[in-house]
Amino acid sequence: MEILIPALLTIITAATPLLFAALGELVTEKSGVLNLGIEGMMVMGAIIGFVTVHYTGSATLAILASLMAGALMSAIFAVLVLQFHASQVPTGLALTIFGIGLSALLGQSMIGIAYEGLPIISIPLLSSIPVVGELLFKHDILVFLSILMVFAVMWFLYRSRAGLILRAVGDSHDAAHAMGYSVIKIRFLAILFGGAMAGVGGAYLSLAYSPLWVEQMTAGRGWIALALVVFATWRPGRVLLGAYLFGGITILQLHAQALGIGIPSQVMSMLPYLATVVVLVIISSDQARIKLNSPASLGKAFHPSR
Amino acid sequence: MLPSMIKRQTPSRAMVYLSPLLALALTLVAGILLFLIMGVSPAAALHAFFIEPVSTFYGLTELGVKASPLILIGVALSLGFRAGVWNIGAEGQLIMGGLCGGAVALFFYEKTGFYIIPLILIAGVSGGMMWASIVAFLRTHFNANEILTSLMLSYVAGLFLNLMVHGPLKDPEGYNFPESRLFSESALLPTMFEGSRLHIGFLIALIVVVVGWVLISRTLLGYQIKVMGDAPAAGEHAGFSRSKIIWITLILSGGIAGLAGVIEVSGPIGQLLPTISPGYGFTAIIVAYVGRLHPVGVLFAALLLALTYLGGEEAQISLNLPVAVTGVFQGLLLFFLLASDVLIHYRVSFNNKQMVAS
Repeated sequence: MEILIPALLTIITAATPLLFAALGELVTEKSGVLNLGIEGMMVMGAIIGFVTVHYTGSATLAILASLMAGALMSAIFAVLVLQFHASQVPTGLALTIFGIGLSALLGQSMIGIAYEGLPIISIPLLSSIPVVGELLFKHDILVFLSILMVFAVMWFLYRSRAGLILRAVGDSHDAAHAMGYSVIKIRFLAILFGGAMAGVGGAYLSLAYSPLWVEQMTAGRGWIALALVVFATWRPGRVLLGAYLFGGITILQLHAQALGIGIPSQVMSMLPYLATVVVLVIISSDQARIKLNSPASLGKAFHPSR
Repeated sequence: MLPSMIKRQTPSRAMVYLSPLLALALTLVAGILLFLIMGVSPAAALHAFFIEPVSTFYGLTELGVKASPLILIGVALSLGFRAGVWNIGAEGQLIMGGLCGGAVALFFYEKTGFYIIPLILIAGVSGGMMWASIVAFLRTHFNANEILTSLMLSYVAGLFLNLMVHGPLKDPEGYNFPESRLFSESALLPTMFEGSRLHIGFLIALIVVVVGWVLISRTLLGYQIKVMGDAPAAGEHAGFSRSKIIWITLILSGGIAGLAGVIEVSGPIGQLLPTISPGYGFTAIIVAYVGRLHPVGVLFAALLLALTYLGGEEAQISLNLPVAVTGVFQGLLLFFLLASDVLIHYRVSFNNKQMVAS
């Protein structure tokens, strides 16, 4: 128990940023757009959140600022892809390169500054249940919010009219266009949502997971989030499962050292990346399943004149 | 009257070449704004970035040093991108090439012989090929997205290099620093001019440009690559093998990226360090696009992007600007390029009647 509870708690903290980013990307991809710029949006969310909390002291403002930063970054992507008909893959890559560069520039004066971390919210009564209370009801606001978002996205995609339209746009933009829906507008909103979620995921890294600023502190999590969407075969519930699975792998490296296992730290650090590859291989090898679940218009350009 | 975009009957060839220049101009304008915001004189900053580094002969040779890996990887990636094979893990293939080549260099430590450098280069190419072949295998056998696998393997390669220089390849007399021995003289690439660091790797890069150009525009393989990228269905009807193109483009680009890595370690670096590249593998993606996915274009684009690296260093020294400005410039350049490329397929019209007609 003494090791188990902290271990499970670290899984939750490691999973939360992935969960935000992957949920956002899921909605973007459901609308038929592949945004490879998650890493760039996350890292911008991380630095903007950290700068905001440093100057204002308000965690709420910091989270909102990260959300805005992610959304603004994704707006660049949206304009290029939707208005300028730029191809989605290179535009996403550009977003990542730009985000990493700009965040490093903005973060120059933030290196070496620490922040005490997001305040922990204990839900009255429930949090005093032994073990379960500590695991489920004593977290910072973003952990609660991330779980809430899973259900919100589920409800939106499968229970709301707007979600149905969004999925229609993602599966056949021409049909949706013919029915009178504004493909461009719907995709713009879906991209903005993806950006905002990636921004918040980034904020979690710099405000809670390791509350300080390090250049490129996202360390590939944006890409892992992309893989998670494939792993989840575009289902929000499975994104939750996948994020916690990856959280588990990430913390192996922390606890293997504590347990005195003689594996070099570099090898342990490789695990999340190797696991991503393994998971992709397992899921993708079933081509029929991928085809059945992926949005049919994913990655394709839309020209309303046709 | 709002300007509107009208689709051209045929793509504009002129805009294919003008678009990078337009993007460069827009990047400069954005750069001026950025410097104003940062409270730096734009004239001084632009001078430091784009003129100062190449105002001496030594500066020009340094440009060649920085451009060499970018030319190599840029050509390599453009072959794959033409075919719709998105190898964005060139950074990892570069690292594995550098590591394998470096290991051979250390194996022949204090030995002399004309055969050493060719062996090192072959090891580097093999290292990059091996790393890229994993991606090709997973793509062709398991349908795993090459963007994600190649990128994940880049992180793994970086950690593996780190592990090696902390362990087996560490300098035994290096006071426990995570660095290898300095390579002996016969394992270092010969330099081209006295007093400069410009090595024969630059010549190798130029040869790769020519070979790449011949390959893409004068051979059946090049034709197959282009068809598979532009019209995969047509390619398959013609009997071209999708798997074959994936394997060839990945093996080629991995091998060349590995070559770039080994040229770095036995050229300007001269030993193995935990980090052997400032992200050349990623910058080369921009190089490939700015160079219009054409080997000759890549050559010019690589020189331009190499200049942003040198300029970033110069601006840091003379104006105390953070090196990160380089990354911002590179990202902006690609953004503006992608935006300008709309003009290849569309034209701007201020006449609303035409919009209705189209």
